[in-house]
Amino acid sequence: MTRQTFLTQNRSIFWFLLALAVFVLIVTVLSEATGNGMISTSFVKTLGKTLCLMLVAIAMDVVWGYTGILSLGHMAFFGLGGYMIGMWLMYARTEIIVAESLRAAAIPPTPEEIHDAIGTQIFGVVGSSDFPLIWAFASSFWAQLALVVLVPGVLALVFGWLAFRSRVTGVYLSILTQAMTLALSLYLFQNDSGLRGNNGLSGLQNLPGLDAVPQSQVSIAFFWASAVALGLGYVLFAWVVSGKMGSVIRGIRDNESRVRFLGYHVESYKLFVFTLTGIVAGIAGALYYPQAGIINPNEIAPIASIYLAVWVAIGGRGRLYGAALGAAFVSLLSSWFTGGGVPSIPLGFYTIQWTDWWLVLLGVSFVAVTLLAPKGIGGLFDLITARHAVPERVGDFGPDKGARRTVEGEEER
Amino acid sequence: MATLLEMSGVSVSFDGFKAINNLSFQIGEPELRAIIGPNGAGKTTFMDIITGKTRPDEGKVIYGEKSISLLKMSESQIAMAGVGRKFQKPTVFEAQTVRENLAMALKNKRGPFDVLLYRKTTRGAERIGELAETIGLTEQLPRVAGELSHGQKQWLEIGMLLAQDPRLLLVDEPAAGMTPAEREHTTDLLKRAARKHAVVVVEHDMEFIRRLDCRVTVLCEGSVLAEGSLDHVTSDPQVIEVYLGR
Repeated sequence: MTRQTFLTQNRSIFWFLLALAVFVLIVTVLSEATGNGMISTSFVKTLGKTLCLMLVAIAMDVVWGYTGILSLGHMAFFGLGGYMIGMWLMYARTEIIVAESLRAAAIPPTPEEIHDAIGTQIFGVVGSSDFPLIWAFASSFWAQLALVVLVPGVLALVFGWLAFRSRVTGVYLSILTQAMTLALSLYLFQNDSGLRGNNGLSGLQNLPGLDAVPQSQVSIAFFWASAVALGLGYVLFAWVVSGKMGSVIRGIRDNESRVRFLGYHVESYKLFVFTLTGIVAGIAGALYYPQAGIINPNEIAPIASIYLAVWVAIGGRGRLYGAALGAAFVSLLSSWFTGGGVPSIPLGFYTIQWTDWWLVLLGVSFVAVTLLAPKGIGGLFDLITARHAVPERVGDFGPDKGARRTVEGEEER
Repeated sequence: MATLLEMSGVSVSFDGFKAINNLSFQIGEPELRAIIGPNGAGKTTFMDIITGKTRPDEGKVIYGEKSISLLKMSESQIAMAGVGRKFQKPTVFEAQTVRENLAMALKNKRGPFDVLLYRKTTRGAERIGELAETIGLTEQLPRVAGELSHGQKQWLEIGMLLAQDPRLLLVDEPAAGMTPAEREHTTDLLKRAARKHAVVVVEHDMEFIRRLDCRVTVLCEGSVLAEGSLDHVTSDPQVIEVYLGR
């Protein structure tokens, strides 16, 4: 028997990275900045955002498809990651604008004056001019970058610790995660929450100090960064779900108490997976929102996390590439349908406008996939590789022939 | 023979029903012990209490040389302290291979980061090979456990129990669904384990218990009715009335 390495056991890594590389190459040579311009800058942004959604979908698959925790709150971590990087983007860019306008003044402005002017600029929309405490590090890029990891990570850790310690499982945990993301979004909707209420953070596509760089170049750079993050995330999660860790977390999904009786502290494992996926979701969000340009509390409304679960279900739970494909497929289709790209269907007495009916179609597809093709889009790959499902029975493997037998009275070897 | 586990005055009730009633029980190491009793005698609850699944309302459960109380420990801590359990219904991880099932049970560090950074060792592979040999599943190692027959799943679970290398083995109806030859093999395995460790076997099959040739505890309505050799307990008139007479 040859010794199997991580890569030979996980062929999907190779194929996924290859497909991703080919895709990135194609987009690069067709983009406006680096290629012949067949793909518009706005579409490059859409594709870059899609890569981020694929990354968060993979994280969701690990937490739901592999560990069996149906978290309906992972988009809260995604949104928080976006907010954290957004704070720096807004602060740094406003700082440049303010410094520019104050330079004309007769007396050079003091740092306090600049700071106050930035505050007025950012918080004017919510009738305030003071920096809330949570903006303490907004002037530092590296600090905010650390917060992209820390804030979602700590929230996931604390929430997960409280929930798993009390052995909240199944649908109750799902409700709890919904409550978490709802509470967070309601809190952020308030003007005095310190993150500009329902205005959210905007202008995130304009990178501070890079005004001279056209958006076409910025967008392709973010597209590459998103692709790298997705590739790294895929390898990371493929590693986590392979080997013994994968064995244990799939065991937790299938029979939690049995894993406990084997001596594994199930709660620690759940907490590990929940926190790790929360952090990756935060990183995905931090790459997504500069491409989207705006983030507001609506982005972490409960429905966002439900969409995430729908993507993973349609893509196919329990395999990483399935989740990634599901997210790409459904989110791109969604923007096509809701963007008016699909012609409406006149029925004579009624015209089906896809902008209104897309959600119905998505809902029906979700139910159909769940009932008829539980393996989702990822299941199509089984047709190619002919990976068979567990058969009812193969040949004769009853206890008589399959198991070892000893003859009565004969001594054990 | 030093006492490994001692339960004293343990009671537990579910919604007013006393499943275990002032139960006291002791087992040494090494020792083989069979537990019999009619349905509802509290045999499974007894195991649930030792493994930490059920918390008793009163009483003490003391384990090991250091006399630690199992009542304050979580299921996983108890398992790590050396208490292994085989369930009545074979519970293996059906979506995973026989090898993965055994590897998961293998005695190793159990923390998430230990497991994440775990690397396969030759020693581990050898141990899995030995276990597979013992339970007669060598050829089934790469197969998905869900494909196995009922009897093979029983074997696999016994293998997982042995892989944990526990000091106290709680075995719930090991012979259910096995052929006579396999029962013979199970008896041998349990007897062999009982040379070094403490083994508690819950079984209905009198023939099987006779072959185990060990001390028998009869449970009835949550407490010990009789204890002694099989011949001793089967001649006890109370035992005959509640259990064997039916």
